[in-house]
Amino acid sequence: MNDVVIFAVASLGAIGLIAAVILYFVARKFKVYEDPKIDEVEESLPSANCGGCGFAGCRAFAEAAVNQGNQKGNLEGLNCPVGGNDVMAEVAKILGLEVEEQEPLIAVVRCNGSFTNSPKKVAYEGANSCAFAHSLFGGEGGCPFGCLGLRDCVVVCNFDAIHMNPETGLPEVNDKCVACGACVEACPRDIIELRPKGKKGRRIFVSCMNEEKGGIARKNCKVACIGCGKCEKVCEFDAITIKNNLSYIDPAKCRLCRKCVEVCPTNAIWELNFPPRKPKPIKPAESEKPTEKKETVTKETVLDAKAKDKDNRPEKPGTGEESGE
Amino acid sequence: MGSLKTFKPGGVHPAENKLSKDRQIEILPIPKVAYIPFSQHLGAPAKVLVNRGDQVKAGQLIAKGEAFISANIHSSVSGKVKKIDNVIDTSGYRKSAVVIDVEGDEWEDTIDRSDEIKKDITLSQKEIIDKINAMGVVGLGGAAFPSHVKLMVPDGKKAEVLIINGVECEPYLTSDHMLMMEKGEQILTGTKILMRALGVAKAMIGIENNKPDVIEYLTELAKDYEGIEVYALKVKYPQGAEKQLIKALTNREVPSGKLPVEVGAVVNNAGTAYAVYEAVQKNKPLFERVVTITGKSVKNPSNWLVRIGTPISDLIEAAGGLPEDTGKVIGGGPMMGKALTSLDVPVVKGTSGILIMKEEESDREIIKNCIRCSKCVSVCPMGLEPYLIEKTVMIEDYERTEAERVMDCIECGSCQYTCPANRQLLDYIRLGKNIVGQIIRTRSKK
Repeated sequence: MNDVVIFAVASLGAIGLIAAVILYFVARKFKVYEDPKIDEVEESLPSANCGGCGFAGCRAFAEAAVNQGNQKGNLEGLNCPVGGNDVMAEVAKILGLEVEEQEPLIAVVRCNGSFTNSPKKVAYEGANSCAFAHSLFGGEGGCPFGCLGLRDCVVVCNFDAIHMNPETGLPEVNDKCVACGACVEACPRDIIELRPKGKKGRRIFVSCMNEEKGGIARKNCKVACIGCGKCEKVCEFDAITIKNNLSYIDPAKCRLCRKCVEVCPTNAIWELNFPPRKPKPIKPAESEKPTEKKETVTKETVLDAKAKDKDNRPEKPGTGEESGE
Repeated sequence: MGSLKTFKPGGVHPAENKLSKDRQIEILPIPKVAYIPFSQHLGAPAKVLVNRGDQVKAGQLIAKGEAFISANIHSSVSGKVKKIDNVIDTSGYRKSAVVIDVEGDEWEDTIDRSDEIKKDITLSQKEIIDKINAMGVVGLGGAAFPSHVKLMVPDGKKAEVLIINGVECEPYLTSDHMLMMEKGEQILTGTKILMRALGVAKAMIGIENNKPDVIEYLTELAKDYEGIEVYALKVKYPQGAEKQLIKALTNREVPSGKLPVEVGAVVNNAGTAYAVYEAVQKNKPLFERVVTITGKSVKNPSNWLVRIGTPISDLIEAAGGLPEDTGKVIGGGPMMGKALTSLDVPVVKGTSGILIMKEEESDREIIKNCIRCSKCVSVCPMGLEPYLIEKTVMIEDYERTEAERVMDCIECGSCQYTCPANRQLLDYIRLGKNIVGQIIRTRSKK
């Protein structure tokens, strides 16, 4: 009985020993050197594996960062949008490099074609996918550039940062957004853009993508950009360009003065997270007029104004209307 | 009639509902304003030749197809070019088009407007193809593929048989039916012209057995035309699809991803044969076509000869106006047609019919879970597995989608029609086709 036990233990031990020796040499022979920093960098990353950096997951980003750090000695062009500046600083510390602070970005939905602004003309019943609906037709509200409202951006978001507002039928981005860019890719109409978060979350952007002529665009949506060019004229920083009947505000040049918001005749330009406007104490009449809709300037008010002040007052609404068309 | 020809596998038999089948083709009054899009065909849009303010005559070339796969566009009315603008198309997107204010009805002098039937074919093979190209003839079955391209057989291939598609397997539509009944001689002459252009001695006309009057009439007529034979086919959808019709008539299968000429067949629609006759014998460009306007609630389901560019609302007016309980207006037939987003859409070369559906019949039903009944697999005429393709697209496994031969799908809709769980099979297959098509294009660029 004992013999059997001893034989079994000895033979198994011998097999184990031989295997260990073989494994040891094989491991030596086929060893792949990997920079230990890669593991360290990966540890410091948020492990979201979202692909927002442009690499296939956090590990791939860590490898790229270490390789570039070793070869070029910098981290240019590499950024983890999820971790932001803190994480990038830590990565740089591990690699013994320095990294520039990047302005945090956030996704911005550039369409305001809500149910009230762009009422439904047709009903869509097909597959619940923006990509499919986009290939099929112009959209329920009739705007071929507007949001289709079928949640492709919501489905693709890993951070619970974009949700549909059931009242407007449009997606809304919340503070959880890390600017990974998944929704930007998912949107078949390129409505979502990554823009700088801005100080205190203050942002100004044109909430419209419609490139049709003004009249046609307005037929489908009350708040469409008609490409009138007023904002371009009023902007002192050359931040606004008009292309294909559509205004675009360059976030790099915009200084958040909000003049364009005031002059926009269709309210297509949005301001976010600004404190409420103070009524201008010096010229209350002028500051109010352009922000209000033109229709409110009736004949009577114009005539009244004419009677009071023949030269100045009636000019303002009159010229505004002409350049608007 | 026990052994009528048909295709295998798959196919469905939806209710035929050919409401307008005994209605002779009437001529729709010329519209006040015509909207003529530049892209009415598959391929590159035609390049515009007219300017704002120009006077045009019916039949005048207004846009030239310059790319290899493209087609000429002719004015369908006489009048003044109001503007060249973006006009809403069937899908709600805007496409560029010529807008013409109609004045009178003056035709180009070269067009032979007499009723005389010219049977003698004098032109040579090359002249016929050039003529068809110049006259802007495209396939009138629906896809609007430029006809002259179809007739140019690639090097190394040989056409053996011409197939004329008189199947009209879509429910409701009757435009081809009535055209074959009224213009039988012209269609057969057109077939002869196509045979000469292809250099084939044999032509087969396939007609489904639900049109016995046409089969009888054309069989009688075809006795005078050498090489043309008329075949009655079993009623089954989608028999009018190119590959299915070839299978039904010749029992040959077109290999995956190949053109029909691979098996020696070229398929043309009966309407196209008529357009070819008019183009070659009468010098008349393709600027009018027969359109069926139909639907259960429509007062007057009928067939009309319509100028290209006529707004669909005019056509609906002619059929007794838009019924109040309308749920959907569909361009084409109920199986493959597309719901329209606007009634200002003009009739184009590919418009074979307008179908108006009542609200209660137009709604899609509630989607339920797939019960693995495999009905979609058994009805698929291409032998695909629609439920599987749907799943692969849903989980975005596009490699698998491609491996499941999604590009072979002819989008006939039989799977979705037959699905007891009302799955949106075709929607996802189309989405998959779009995406896989893009993947293939980017891959071939590399």
